[in-house]
Amino acid sequence: MKLTLRVWRQHNADAPGAMASYEVDGISQDMSFLEMLDTLNEDLILRGEDPVAFDHDCREGICGACSLVINGDAHGPERTTTCQLHMRSFADGDTIDVEPWRASAFPVVKDLVVDRSAFDRIIQAGGYITAPTGAAPEAHATPVPKPAADHAFEHAECIGCGACVAACPNGSAMLFTSAKINHLNVLPQGSPERESRVLDMVATMDDEGFGGCTLTGECATACPKGIPLPSIAAMNKEWLRALRKG
Amino acid sequence: MALATRTGRRPSTTRTLWDSTVGKKSVMAVSGAIMLGYLVAHMFGNLKIFFGPGDFNGYAHWLRGMGAPLLHHEWALWMVRVVLIAAVIAHGVSAYQLSRRDIKARPVKYAHKRRRASYATRTMRWGGIILALFIVWHLLDLTTLTVNERAWAGHPYENVLATFSTWYGNTIYIVAMVAVGLHVRHGFWSAAQTLGAGNARRDRTLKFLANALALVLFAGFVSVPVAVMTGVVS
Ligand code: SF4
Ligand code: FES
Repeated sequence: MKLTLRVWRQHNADAPGAMASYEVDGISQDMSFLEMLDTLNEDLILRGEDPVAFDHDCREGICGACSLVINGDAHGPERTTTCQLHMRSFADGDTIDVEPWRASAFPVVKDLVVDRSAFDRIIQAGGYITAPTGAAPEAHATPVPKPAADHAFEHAECIGCGACVAACPNGSAMLFTSAKINHLNVLPQGSPERESRVLDMVATMDDEGFGGCTLTGECATACPKGIPLPSIAAMNKEWLRALRKG
Repeated sequence: MALATRTGRRPSTTRTLWDSTVGKKSVMAVSGAIMLGYLVAHMFGNLKIFFGPGDFNGYAHWLRGMGAPLLHHEWALWMVRVVLIAAVIAHGVSAYQLSRRDIKARPVKYAHKRRRASYATRTMRWGGIILALFIVWHLLDLTTLTVNERAWAGHPYENVLATFSTWYGNTIYIVAMVAVGLHVRHGFWSAAQTLGAGNARRDRTLKFLANALALVLFAGFVSVPVAVMTGVVS
């Protein structure tokens, strides 16, 4: 396959950026999107140019490091992470636009790399449980009802990639934060901090400059892990409950 | 080593509510629900026009005397008005502040444009502004009678007929009612999510209710100008 890429290039956080066009040839349909970018970067290095910076780590869809807006869609046209997106989703001769996550809470570091440490600070505000460290406790010591375990597991799948923020027209982190709240607040292990968790995480989310939720639903459509939109309603309910309890 | 946790005193409930995006959104949801309830009652009142001037004007007269003999003339009406004004202000101020925040949170647009979200969702802000302007016009037209062609105090039936006998009266009203329908369609469902009433099982019911409410309100309100234009009400 031969493709035209239009990629956001920005030298550093303060430099102005722009879209730049590149041709890439010899792309196989079985390559992942990141392997296709590797091919481009090898070309660029051979030509003595600066390779395109992008985030990646596991390349198997579990770490949440990869992050590209491809043709206007966070993680591209398939419902998966960019590293698990394959070139068979594109056709020979296509022009593909590649942009970084856009949100003021996720400033661009270089090219396609953004700083997502705002998510870490949301987690620090309450995305933990209080438990003694040491050997793993006996698994049956704390009974967890099956529906609660399933609900927690569904939300524990969030990999913190930030696609929800990138897709949201308001740059809102509600889906991410709600994944954590839903995950920890249904479990008995999470119940001691049930109220402070949701109040503190939502407060930090606001402090970091993420937008509010207008229930557009773009986040849940973009989420590679299928965190559903109603999770946001469930978080709102937890928040209002916590506020009433003071 | 002890964990570093937030141990400082929390701000008051009202402060937390108003400062948080989630809280401000729930202020919008509650004030929206108040206005929605009012709209439903207003629509039923309007339909009395189909039963002639006696019925309609009589109803308008009763509104002013609501709560008698306990309450003095127009007291109850003013109580309703105060609640409504408060709801409009709360709704508008939170919408303005949240919108500003949202725009700031997403300063750079994507170069690759793509249609996002449904029409009703994308038009909430503009729709809201149109509705606010319409309310001003509507009050000047049929409450204060400032811009009404007939302006016969105490005779709303005749005044309504006068409004819907002008092309601009009809156009402004029908455009505003389209905006009402769209606003309610996304707003009702959204408010349910914001107040935590939404979940996966209830989603279809809530969406159906939102669409039904939007449609009934639109049809109920627009039936009046249509009836005047076609001569059914004259
Ligand atoms: S909710 Fe989904 S899109 Fe958002 S950070 Fe988690 S996995 Fe990524
Ligand atoms: S690189 Fe780990 S999820 Fe894509």
